[in-house]
Amino acid sequence: MTDKEFNEMEQLRKIRAGDVRTASRLIRNLEDDLPEAKTAIKRIFPHTGRAHVVGITGAPGAGKSTLVDALIASFRKKEKTIGVLCVDPTSPFTGGAILGDRIRMQRHAEDPGVFVRSLATRGALGGLSKAVGDAVHVMDVMGKDLILVETVGTGQQEVEIINHSHTVIVVLIPGMGDEIQAIKAGIMEIADIFVINKADRDGADQLASELASMLNMVPEFPGGWRPPVLRIGNCFDPVPFGESLEKLAAAIAGHHRSLVETDLLGDRMKRKTMVEIHEALRDAILEPILKEMTKSGEMEEIAGRLLRKETDPYTIAEEVAHRRLK
Amino acid sequence: MVAKPGLDGHDRGARVLARCFRDAGFEVIYTGCHQTPEQIAAAAIQEDVDLVGLSCLSGAHRYLFPRVVELLKEQGADDITVIGGGIIPDQDFQMLYDAGIKAIFTPGATLDTIVSWVRTNIRPRGV
Repeated sequence: MTDKEFNEMEQLRKIRAGDVRTASRLIRNLEDDLPEAKTAIKRIFPHTGRAHVVGITGAPGAGKSTLVDALIASFRKKEKTIGVLCVDPTSPFTGGAILGDRIRMQRHAEDPGVFVRSLATRGALGGLSKAVGDAVHVMDVMGKDLILVETVGTGQQEVEIINHSHTVIVVLIPGMGDEIQAIKAGIMEIADIFVINKADRDGADQLASELASMLNMVPEFPGGWRPPVLRIGNCFDPVPFGESLEKLAAAIAGHHRSLVETDLLGDRMKRKTMVEIHEALRDAILEPILKEMTKSGEMEEIAGRLLRKETDPYTIAEEVAHRRLK
Repeated sequence: MVAKPGLDGHDRGARVLARCFRDAGFEVIYTGCHQTPEQIAAAAIQEDVDLVGLSCLSGAHRYLFPRVVELLKEQGADDITVIGGGIIPDQDFQMLYDAGIKAIFTPGATLDTIVSWVRTNIRPRGV
């Protein structure tokens, strides 16, 4: 065995033993897209697939991080170990980011059963970071029972979270628009559980009835799971907040049971593998071509030809494909 | 990572710094106020940060700052640089340097000075 192989084996052993330092370094290498991080994923991949992955999405300020914090507390009482990935946006101008989701969860920082990791989007669309899929694998192999993935504050279209989670929670707050918003495509379609957060505010009843009528129009729910609509009130009103939180925790566990019983869990896992193979193929095939074309100046030259209308993007793409992929 | 240890809720300065590092192209984790050194060290390790900047205006820096360095060391994370700032009397500087704090910035330090210190002293990995 070479030193390199030994180090790789050691890395896998440490991650499987739950070592945070090794795991957090690997997640960072994944974010930085280092080649050795890919090698590590090759090694850990066979051991993945055990954790229940729960996505939490919703508008900025809807209360996602606060809910995640409360869910951590609730599941820790049930002796589940927890990984949390929270994604915040990268500046399109400077590449910098403020990762602030963790502020709400710091009371769990010293709990060895909880591993919270922040990720910046680094230009990825869809409300997540490109590294999120592999970061989920890392936490899974660490032995976390439950992995909570919090998206950036989302609008209507950022639905990437469905490719990475088994259960999706969409967090809504009262007063975000009329009944038309509830029937639009996109984020309203992906929920396995709806949360009406800050439900002590005006408009919660109306939002609940809009969601109910939207759900009433669905002819059939896959696996017979009709997304429950749960109201959660002010987190500074601890008793009712705690009670509604327990309902949410029960709904999460109930949805997972339903996925297992109806065999739909496999479908959700397949969805993730399809995305992974698409991304891996893009990295392996398209990225090197783009990199080389940019480096050689060919890209600039093509842009000039397009601007002068000497050719069109489809012809260029066919030429490149013919030349490089035969 | 920008962190505020101890019983000190004056986080305007910490938030200005976080924002300034964001604008300089850094990814900044902000832990919020009232953190124990234990929480800060754990967060730094979970996030695998390069640098921890501690802000303290309460006078407890003589205990809090060295304790963060110590905890990181205990957990095998002494490659994470720790710097500090806030209301720090001149006579405490040497004691903090001796405890492993790599730089101290007090009122009057410009944002540019702080960012360029970081750019000079913290090398990007993989380069």
